[in-house]
Order: sequence, then structure tokens, then C-alpha cells
Amino acid sequence: MNVTININGKEYSDDVEPRLLLVHFIRENANLTGTHVGCDTTSCGACTVLVDGVPMKSCTMFAVQANGKSITTVEGLAQNGKLAPIQEGFHEKHGLQCGFCTPGMMLTSVAFLKKNPHPSEEEIRWAISGNLCRCTGYVNIVEAVQYAAEKMAEAQNG
Amino acid sequence: MIPAQFQYAAPASIPDAIALLKSNPDAKILSGGQSLIPLMKFRLAQPAMIVDLNNIGGLDYIREQGGWLKIGALARESELEDSALVREKYPLLYDTTLSVADPIVRNRATLAGNLAHADPANDHPATMLAYRAQVVATGTSGNRTIAIDDFFQGLFATALASDEILSEVQIPAPVARSGGAYFKMERKVGDFATAGVAVQLNLDASGKIEQIGIGLTNVGLQALRAKRSEDALRGEMPDAKWIERAAMFAQEDCEPNADLRGGVEYKRNLVRVLTMRAIEKAVARARGNG
Repeated sequence: MNVTININGKEYSDDVEPRLLLVHFIRENANLTGTHVGCDTTSCGACTVLVDGVPMKSCTMFAVQANGKSITTVEGLAQNGKLAPIQEGFHEKHGLQCGFCTPGMMLTSVAFLKKNPHPSEEEIRWAISGNLCRCTGYVNIVEAVQYAAEKMAEAQNG
Repeated sequence: MIPAQFQYAAPASIPDAIALLKSNPDAKILSGGQSLIPLMKFRLAQPAMIVDLNNIGGLDYIREQGGWLKIGALARESELEDSALVREKYPLLYDTTLSVADPIVRNRATLAGNLAHADPANDHPATMLAYRAQVVATGTSGNRTIAIDDFFQGLFATALASDEILSEVQIPAPVARSGGAYFKMERKVGDFATAGVAVQLNLDASGKIEQIGIGLTNVGLQALRAKRSEDALRGEMPDAKWIERAAMFAQEDCEPNADLRGGVEYKRNLVRVLTMRAIEKAVARARGNG
């Protein structure tokens, strides 16, 4: 089947089997390998991308289902060479150790902060509860999200 | 993991979807896909055809009408979670939704799919038993309504015919002095319940329990109605003696299997404790202080 998927503002068209998972389209057809396959069983959230702005586990969706939709992956976060606030937060607060869960963590957080720009620590922990960090670095991940929230608030007020 | 090959169709209307189901009896319906796609990856499910409902417009509603809360087949769990109507008026449904899988899965998963999949470990079936809900099945000859007690027919089995779609879930709007609660023991976010208990009740003017529904999650081949517990409490004041007695009945009547989440005796005891807590919380909410 022919599909056209907009990823980070660029259209990718290909003839794919219906059983091709969205995450494999992103990694192998579009060659954007920042989106990771972790558990492959809908548990870990490493493959999280935004589909029309909503976080989805791209290992649990077929590429044909994303036909005509807009996807944001980690490669689409930085704008004009400048890190997004969430990326800056993970950098400043050492929000990653091995880095495997980081793209999913960041995309979940971006959508969450749009919905809830001033979250409590508990709300952040709840929001990222579908993303697992096997390094267990959650304290710094939460701080990274808090950093991003503050940065975004400053930018808005500033 | 790569699923087996299948034909894919994404019809734009319910009649088109039903026509596809009718001519392909082995087809499976895809809504949120958060249970079906993992099963296909493990090749526990190998449908010849997938009929994807996601291109059908107008199925994502959550609205009250004629004494029912009506939820369309494509309303996502996250939409229930964000609905002020659900949060304020249907606390049992709200509790249950929040305990399903994790926030990202809930962005895609649907209530209707959770019921149609009929996994005894799913959370909504017990809640629908407690609410005495009903579902609308849409097929070639139109709509029929199925009471929830007739809907579940064993492990992954429902009353839906192969050419029918679960198009709507209907929950009775709560009467005065109603309350409900869902208690789930899970090892971690995203896990299935070790056990779960759903309670919906209402009190009469004197404070006695007038009607009560109790559903049990993952302690049998399908979601179970704790009938003896309901009968024990109906018409009684919700005091500790009666609540303990009802919880003891639920402990005796559930049918758990031993697995990695615990042994049979542990799960039975868990059902007893969760039943007490869920009744107490439902009563508190019915009194307006939950």
C-alpha cells in the first residue's frame, strides 16, 4: 500500500506492507533512527512519537494507519540549530544516562507541558509513567521536565 | 516482532465496515489496537484481514442522552480521562480509566475495544457489570442492545456476531445519592490487575443501600459479578458488619488462578480487602464526601 507520512515537516512516501509498524517506517524507510525500539510489547515507551501532536507508541500502530498524518520525532525537536527547552533540560539536569529512553521521554514531556505548563512533581511522574528508564534515572528526568517548564514560562513572560 | 501478513481495509463508514466483516468472517476489527497489535506481534492472533475503524468519523463522542451516558466506539481512554462529565458524575468510570495501562496507551486505546476484546484482565468489564451497562451492536440488520451480563461469554468471547461492531457503550446515569469506586492492585503502572474490584451503588433516603453492583477483574475466565455480595448488601445499612460479610462472599465466589502475580489464597484475600475498600469509598462518595 502507498503511504505518505509527514515526519518533522517532510513528506515520506513509500509502498509498504500493511503489517509494517510505524516505528519501522520511521527508522528504516525514513532513516530517522532517533526513535528507538525498546520492549516491542507496548510497555516501555522508547518508541513514543507524536502523531498529530499526541504521544503514541509507534511500535503499536501500523504505518498505514499514519497515512496522511503528521509525526514528530526527536529529530524534529530542535529548531534552526537551537535545542528545544526539553532538550536543554535533559542536557542541563543530566536527565539521561544511557540515553535509550530519552527520545520517548522528551516527546511525552513536550505534549504533556503543552497540556499542563505548570505541573507539580507528582503530575510529571504520572505523565511519564508510560515511559520506562532502565537506568532508573527518574529524579533527574523529572528535574529536566521542570527545567523545561520554567524555561517555557520565562520565554512566554519574557 | 513482525505480525503475520494480513489484508488491510480502513472503511469510512459503519455500513462499509460491516460489509467487509460480512464477506470476511475471519477479519478482526481494529480500534485502538493496544491489545490486538501486541497479540498479532506475538502471532497469538493472525487475522486474514484487519478492518480499521479509525477512519470512520463521528464515533468519538461522550455524551448524556435519555438517562444514559453514551460513549462512541472510538472515544479514547484519554478522552474519558479529560472529560469533566465523567470525572464529576461517573467516578467509577473515571477511576477505572485512570488504571488502564499507562497514559500513552490511553491516548490510543478505546473503552469499546477494552470490552470487545473481553480479556478477563481488562479493567472496564468489571466496571460495566457494576454499572449494569449495556452495549449497542451494529450489524447488517441494524442495531441491537446487549445487556452487559449477556455480553461476556468466557475467555475473549462475547455475544458479538462476526459481522457486528460494538458501536456504543451505554451507562445508566446515576440516580441521587449514587457513588462508585474501582480498586485495582497492580505490580506497576501498565500491568494487568492482580485483582480489581468495581462497585457502584446508591443509598435510599434513610441511608440504606438501595441498589448495588459489584464486578471483579482478573479472578476468573471473564469479569465476574459478585452476586451474593450484592444480595447481602441490598436493603442494608452500609455498616462494617455487612460490608465485611459481602467482602467475604466475594472472596469465596471469585475463581482466581495462581500465576506470577500471586497464588490463589493471596488473590482471594486481595479480593476481600479490595471489595471492602471499594464499597467504603463508594458509600463515602454517595454521601457526598468521597
